[in-house]
Amino acid sequence: MGQITLENVAKSFGEVEVIPPLDLTIEDGEFVVFVGPSGCGKSTLLRLIAGLEDVSGGKIVIDGSDATQASPAKRGLAMVFQSYALYPHMSVRKNIAFPMKMAGIDEAEQKRRIDSAAKALNLTDYLDRRPGQLSGGQRQRVAIGRAIVREPAAFLFDEPLSNLDAALRVGMRLEISELHNRLKTTMIYVTHDQVEAMTMADKIVVLQAGRIEQVGSPLELYRNPRNVFVAGFIGSPKMNLFTGAAAVEYGAETIGVRPEHVSVSADSGKWKGRIGVSEHLGSDSFFYVEDTGLADAVTVRADGEVAFRHGDEIWLTPAEDKIHRFDKNGDRM
Amino acid sequence: MARQTTTGQRALVTAVAWGIGILISFPIIWTVLTSFKTEATAIASPPVWFSFDWTLQNYIDVNTRSDYARYFMNSVVISIGSTLLGLAVAIPAAWSMAFQPTKNTKNVLMWMLSTKMMPAVGVLVPVYMGLRSMGLLDSRTALVIIMMLMNLPIIVWMLFTYFREIPGEILEAARMDGANLRNEIIYVLTPMTVPGIASTLLLNVILAWNEAFWTLNLTTTNAAPLTAFIASFSSPQGLFYAKLSAASTMAIAPILILGWFSQKQLVRGLTFGAVK
Repeated sequence: MGQITLENVAKSFGEVEVIPPLDLTIEDGEFVVFVGPSGCGKSTLLRLIAGLEDVSGGKIVIDGSDATQASPAKRGLAMVFQSYALYPHMSVRKNIAFPMKMAGIDEAEQKRRIDSAAKALNLTDYLDRRPGQLSGGQRQRVAIGRAIVREPAAFLFDEPLSNLDAALRVGMRLEISELHNRLKTTMIYVTHDQVEAMTMADKIVVLQAGRIEQVGSPLELYRNPRNVFVAGFIGSPKMNLFTGAAAVEYGAETIGVRPEHVSVSADSGKWKGRIGVSEHLGSDSFFYVEDTGLADAVTVRADGEVAFRHGDEIWLTPAEDKIHRFDKNGDRM
Repeated sequence: MARQTTTGQRALVTAVAWGIGILISFPIIWTVLTSFKTEATAIASPPVWFSFDWTLQNYIDVNTRSDYARYFMNSVVISIGSTLLGLAVAIPAAWSMAFQPTKNTKNVLMWMLSTKMMPAVGVLVPVYMGLRSMGLLDSRTALVIIMMLMNLPIIVWMLFTYFREIPGEILEAARMDGANLRNEIIYVLTPMTVPGIASTLLLNVILAWNEAFWTLNLTTTNAAPLTAFIASFSSPQGLFYAKLSAASTMAIAPILILGWFSQKQLVRGLTFGAVK
């Protein structure tokens, strides 16, 4: 089991309120991603759940029992840190065994769990090495192994992939997703990378300045962002947001349209502009269109076969049913 | 990329390094050489370098005149005793300042360091009077305590620096893994700081061994360590350079040998954390 409920949980450091009171329910077996810009409080929220920070108010309920005052070890959660936080003086085997040793699990059972975790994470050949002798990806696997053997109610990941290079990151992302499919254990994953959030999550929690902006499935957030912040944060490249005359035309303060919902043409359309930068990826082409009078640059995603170049004049037309409208508070209309 | 160096530059740098090395160690080398001379050769002018009749007579004289073993034992007890006592006090202190800092932690550290800036002679009279009224003059107990207090700021500072190098996330990981404070210290913190603790121990044994001000002023016979042993050869019967040198050589030899064998540990400890 691994259902976690936050009721009015708040956190202040001295006078500074980092997280205003918030409510959140994480269902058993869910993969939940906390995403937001740096300093939005997502790591603090995770640390509150872990018990590494004390809440300033509210209640944390894990599997029906109040864990607000429980020590980290008593909450039955396992955490994977950004820096991996392996014990440098212990072999991989001892690192993985450490939580079981602390829990007083007998040696035979320890060995069985270590072997099965090592096998699942491709660490069998490295069990007698020290963390210092491993690559970044291997260290990350050891950290995950140390979390798995505890058989926790939920896994907490604090930006676990941000120290890895791009290629390894994609690989580890898949491994973590596969792990979730196999174990079906609740996972809470913190990242500032919205691509990780979109690809891994069952449920995304978008945070800004400690407040929850929106909670929902990746596609829900993508299709129906509740406000301008979520609209601009989720999606890569970012949604185009326009204010002024273009928005007034749609009876809104701000309108947004995603790059793939703008069609391009050489001779006719709604908005005229000039291509600043063009990026041809083969499958897709991205154009950054300037001089439209709408925004500094309008991002457009087109088919890879479309052959416009830097400096070309171009007409843009948004798909009318895909335009997002926001009022002057930034909320969806 | 490695920087380009010519053979000439390298030779020059090597020569300068040797020059400085010899200059620094010259007094010790000269003391050792003098200890093997006769009293007459020792004060000869111009000085005699190597072409003299090597003799062990000074060592024999020094040993018959005073009880080297007793001084040596006092030095061992005072230096090691004060260091161990210091570590026992400093480890919890440094631990709390490194991992549970408050807004006054920095001030406390500076205050401790500032006590090292005060000239020791400034408190000699009150310390002397205090020990006298407690009947602790010329006792090992008094010297162990005084030496410990003298070096405590250094011990705390060194340990604090080592402890601070331990990433907080590792201790948090241990907490998540179910370790209580005791297990956290035994299984995680201590093994990771053993190099730091070891070099702190070594450095403080050396400092306490070489300390002369308090040992000379607070002892006469019973608790007198090797520093007093050297001093006892310096005045009463005029200047006997060869015997004085023999005594000095015997006094510094143990700590020199200890330093020689532990130099790798010492250097590693002193530069700990400089390079990740």
